[in-house]
Amino acid sequence: MGRAVTASARLVAMLRDPGNAHALGLSEWMDVVTVARAELLLGTLAHRLDGLAVTAEVRAVLDDARAEASEVRRTALWEANRVAHALAGLGVPVILLKGTAFVAAGLAAGQGRSIGDCDILLPKAVLPAAEAALAEAGWEWVKPDAYDDLYYRRWMHELPPLIHRDRDRMLDVHHTILPPTARPTPDATALIADAVPLGGGLAILSHNDMLIHAAAHLFADGDLSGGLRNLWDIHALVVEGGADGLAQRAAQHGLGFAVDRAMRLSHALYATPVAPRWQRLTIPDRIFRRRMLARDGWGRGRHPLTRLAFYVRSHLIRMPLPLLLRHLWIKWRKGRAAPASG
Amino acid sequence: MRVGPVGYRLGSDWRAPIAAIEALYRDYPKPDFADYTVRLEAEHVWRRWIRPSVRIGGDYRLPEAAPLPLGQGLLAAELGMNLQMALGHRRHLLLHAAVVERDGRAVIMSGISGAGKSTLALLLAQQGWRFLSDEFALIEPDTGLVVPFPRPVSLKNESLSVIPAGSRVGPLLAGTPKGDIRHVAPSVEALAAMDRPAKPVLILFPRFGFPAATRVLPPAESFVRLTQASTNYVALGEAGFRAMVRLRSTVPAIAFDYPDGPSGVAAVEALWAAL
Repeated sequence: MGRAVTASARLVAMLRDPGNAHALGLSEWMDVVTVARAELLLGTLAHRLDGLAVTAEVRAVLDDARAEASEVRRTALWEANRVAHALAGLGVPVILLKGTAFVAAGLAAGQGRSIGDCDILLPKAVLPAAEAALAEAGWEWVKPDAYDDLYYRRWMHELPPLIHRDRDRMLDVHHTILPPTARPTPDATALIADAVPLGGGLAILSHNDMLIHAAAHLFADGDLSGGLRNLWDIHALVVEGGADGLAQRAAQHGLGFAVDRAMRLSHALYATPVAPRWQRLTIPDRIFRRRMLARDGWGRGRHPLTRLAFYVRSHLIRMPLPLLLRHLWIKWRKGRAAPASG
Repeated sequence: MRVGPVGYRLGSDWRAPIAAIEALYRDYPKPDFADYTVRLEAEHVWRRWIRPSVRIGGDYRLPEAAPLPLGQGLLAAELGMNLQMALGHRRHLLLHAAVVERDGRAVIMSGISGAGKSTLALLLAQQGWRFLSDEFALIEPDTGLVVPFPRPVSLKNESLSVIPAGSRVGPLLAGTPKGDIRHVAPSVEALAAMDRPAKPVLILFPRFGFPAATRVLPPAESFVRLTQASTNYVALGEAGFRAMVRLRSTVPAIAFDYPDGPSGVAAVEALWAAL
């Protein structure tokens, strides 16, 4: 497999055990930095290596990454503050998800983390009022297309994506953590009932629900791009808060399989402390690991067939086949009618 | 290759763009570590051979960027290097500007594409000024100094005639999205001094093709113009704001129009001498 596989693997090894950072040569460092950027893990790596001796060239890159992460954190917290402000009249707390939740709660998983959109969870019943309040406060639809809009509303677990017209930040408003068309049906009422208030109109999911959401996002949604970063979230959450009662809670949401796989892979890649039953990879797990490490030292995706298989899988697990075919048919016809639009 | 404080690593699915870059960048240092990786990739596997078309990839990229034909591979590489700076660089405040220096005092010339920054920088370099940068002015947040970033100058269309004889140039790239382009490597002296920063003393907003005129900009206008010229002012947050306030409050800003190259050079020298 040679040098190419080792770039991703080296990044993982360095996150797992930063003490070995000094042993790396400059050309290996170049590969690690490139892979870490591609996997959105450079800020996380920079935090893991903070205070350790590295050569000046590498230190400069890591210092930049730490500075950028602190700016990303500040921007994400401000956006959460603005969303809570806009939705204060709803009378329910705004539950932050993913990266914004981690930094708002001061969790280790948030240290150096890249954060793109602001993701929030609200009870389905308040969505119409939330939409009106957000529109009032300056959020606009990103996709002004009737089919896309209808598609989101009928088949997705979130509203069509919104963007704020002044701050240019995206907002995803969820009412549960998986599309209704996916086979597992998480218990959205329980997610919201057990959320932990943070003050200021904000809340986060309970510790186990954060873990379950991260696992669901990895293995029951998406095509595993950014998988190493999402798996790092799981690792950091377990190291900080353990996994007591996780299996039972996952079963309640119908996501036992996703959580089991997340725990096994997190242990295998990042040496997360987990119960013995999660310490052995299954044969399918190994294919997931291959997909997660499919990047070479130049940041290029490797194993195109594995990638394609996971891309196809991501659609199949999101919705039943007839619905998928109908969706792809409409998208294809629209693509032909208007080739310029994405 | 290394350009001032920034190391680049360049990879390509084809040999030709790398050869063009190696020739143009022959006199640049070759570092052991690159801050940024640029990749020139075939759009599809078969497009490596059939109607080859170059997609600009790397650590940071624009998903919607249009690919370029292989004959413009050098331009793709240059655009890729610019993209890494514009999207990824946080160590310095970046201004879209050309920079020249004399006696340790630097002049930052900012303006939109076509305002004549590159041409003026190249003409001034022939009058004994040191060339620091064509595309980006790099302002060090802690010191306020401008750090050299002497990439090759990209000249377009009617400016091609000002290329001094004996310069190291790239191939003439005809019919690019921005017209005809040729890259000119900075002098060996400018490259040898690429680690020596300078203190900015004057910010100019030149505009080519208008009757000669100068106007001192009030602080608010120069601040707005500078933020518009910066690619990473917002991303830098408070550090960017502080660097920008310091630059604006310590360095005078002047907008000036000039009808042709020689009068532009004379105007810059007069403004500099009057400081």
